[in-house]
Amino acid sequence: MTSSYAVLSEGLEKNFGSGDHRVEALRGLDLAVPEGTIRALLGPNGAGKTTALRILTTLSRPDAGTATVAGHDVIREPAAVRRAIGVTGQDAAVDHDLSGRENLSLFAKLHRLRGAAGRDRADELLDTFGLTDAADRPVRTYSGGMRRRLDLAAGLISRPRVLFLDEPTTGLDPASRNQIWAAVRDLAAEGTTVLLTTQYLEEADQLADDVVLIDHGVAAHTGTPAELKARLGAYAEVVVADESALSAAAVILGPLTGSEPVIDHEARTVGAATTKAELTLPAVVRELDAAGVPILDAGLRRPTLDEAFLSLTGNTTGSRTGSRTAQKEPAA
Amino acid sequence: MSSTSSTLAPDSLALLGRQLQRARRNPALLVMTQAMPVMLLLFFGYVFGNSVSLPGGADYRTYLVPGVFVITAAGGLVTGMLQAAGDTQRGVMDRLRTLPVSRAAAPLGQATADVLLFAIGMIPLVAVGYAVGWRIEGGFGPAAGAFGLLLLLRFVTAWIGILVGMKLGSEEAAGQLGSVTFILQLLCNAYVPTAGMPGWLQAVVEWNPLSSFVTACRDLFGNATAGAADAAWVIEHPVVASLGWSVLLLAIFVPLAVRRYARPAEG
Ligand SMILES: Nc1ncnc2c1ncn2[C@@H]1O[C@H](COP(=O)(O)OP(=O)(O)OP(=O)(O)O)[C@@H](O)[C@H]1O
Ligand SMILES: [Mg+2]
Repeated sequence: MTSSYAVLSEGLEKNFGSGDHRVEALRGLDLAVPEGTIRALLGPNGAGKTTALRILTTLSRPDAGTATVAGHDVIREPAAVRRAIGVTGQDAAVDHDLSGRENLSLFAKLHRLRGAAGRDRADELLDTFGLTDAADRPVRTYSGGMRRRLDLAAGLISRPRVLFLDEPTTGLDPASRNQIWAAVRDLAAEGTTVLLTTQYLEEADQLADDVVLIDHGVAAHTGTPAELKARLGAYAEVVVADESALSAAAVILGPLTGSEPVIDHEARTVGAATTKAELTLPAVVRELDAAGVPILDAGLRRPTLDEAFLSLTGNTTGSRTGSRTAQKEPAA
Repeated sequence: MSSTSSTLAPDSLALLGRQLQRARRNPALLVMTQAMPVMLLLFFGYVFGNSVSLPGGADYRTYLVPGVFVITAAGGLVTGMLQAAGDTQRGVMDRLRTLPVSRAAAPLGQATADVLLFAIGMIPLVAVGYAVGWRIEGGFGPAAGAFGLLLLLRFVTAWIGILVGMKLGSEEAAGQLGSVTFILQLLCNAYVPTAGMPGWLQAVVEWNPLSSFVTACRDLFGNATAGAADAAWVIEHPVVASLGWSVLLLAIFVPLAVRRYARPAEG
């Protein structure tokens, strides 16, 4: 039964440090990614996304739990796992002194694609990612987006069965992002399983067949993007004319949305998540107006990732921001 | 295991090729690392040269040149450290670890590339040695042996540097530690004979492995001067001692470096 899942993990745990500095990066992560699908791990900074990917790509050992990738145990058969996977890390880990073509042919050689086969594959990927013109320049002269594209190309050299992408489009402009999205979709269409991490709800929505909301090292929610959005519902937010009206607005919004409103005194806004499909913007405005609350602006929209986390897990996402010791900072 | 070890040679070659490509793309680094020993040679040779008196009145610059060769070879410690730290810092090491590549290939490829680049860099250095008056005085065979020892020392120090560089994981830290290794050069007999040193210091200097290499090279190039009468065994038998040091250090550091590469420390 494991064979139909490209990635399967049960109860993955990983701790870093000890005493006061102890961080429980993963606290029992379960994943089951069917072959040929795209799965997104969606979570804020420090949620444990990179830690999970490092374990699945044989870079790190879990403290507890098991995982198989392409049918091979990541701890007992790392060599077999490595033959089946392609990996693109969070920081573009290509050699800056080498040209794009040299980087790709190095990876081709290490994947035992020698001679013409390696060269053809490198040319094909350079073309796919729009790097043909820059192919013979040292990578240090590339833009950030070009580097990420090259990094992804390097991960694809061997036509891997399972591809791991750690925040593949963070920091990219829309054009580069679309290029990467298109490439990922093509791969999935050819049967590659893709496990990617992202901080963007939109990216998960656009690419993934299924989304895992990961929060403080556990899967807080798993489902299709449509299910996730339905579950998250919408977010109602109103801007009031003066500070004294904030609490009055909150009193109205609470029962209307069915959740605890969040007041921002500085921006003079009151917001609340709702899963009530029947709630409409005119209804919100009507109720507030009837109560005499002076509203300047009102909206009913999809929640941001932060708001989604707040409503689904009761946690704010800000609690772990800034702790990114997992990755070494790229050298300028 | 057998499936990975059978790929050691091609994987190492591919990674060796990478280091050579890098050197070709970034020749400034190579020129810089070769300019340093030339400057050492000229500085010590002409600034200190006239104030150091050697036993038997031997020529100081002839005495100095094999010492500088050895110091240059030992620079594998610094280049190994910088490269491995940089690759670790930029995630290149991790990237390689996710590939189906033999676990010894990356450090072996890097150490071998370092030896090759060192061999190329030795050519101008030997020329400068000739220009300041140094000569091979002991015949071709022994001289070839001396060059062989220098390559071996480069290989040994590169492995040590690679291990330390992976542990440091940052180029800045590697650079700082690299400058501290200058002490190792001063605590050997490359620049000055041990004869005038206090007893305890003489012992420290003689048991510095670099001193055995320096003495062996002077012997093999035929530049030997009369040594201290009560020198340690490792100085009396410098060639055997150099080989022994190499075997010992490789036996310690190769497995450590391969293990460190195969399973990096976490947290
Ligand atoms: N090597 C490490 N040493 C100490 N703490 C670590 C290490 N690696 C990760 N952590 C901690 O584990 C937690 C999860 O980190 P991880 O990198 O997996 O998060 P992430 O979801 O990838 O975040 P980001 O979006 O910032 O990349 C964080 O609190 C992080 O500080
Ligand atoms: Mg991360």
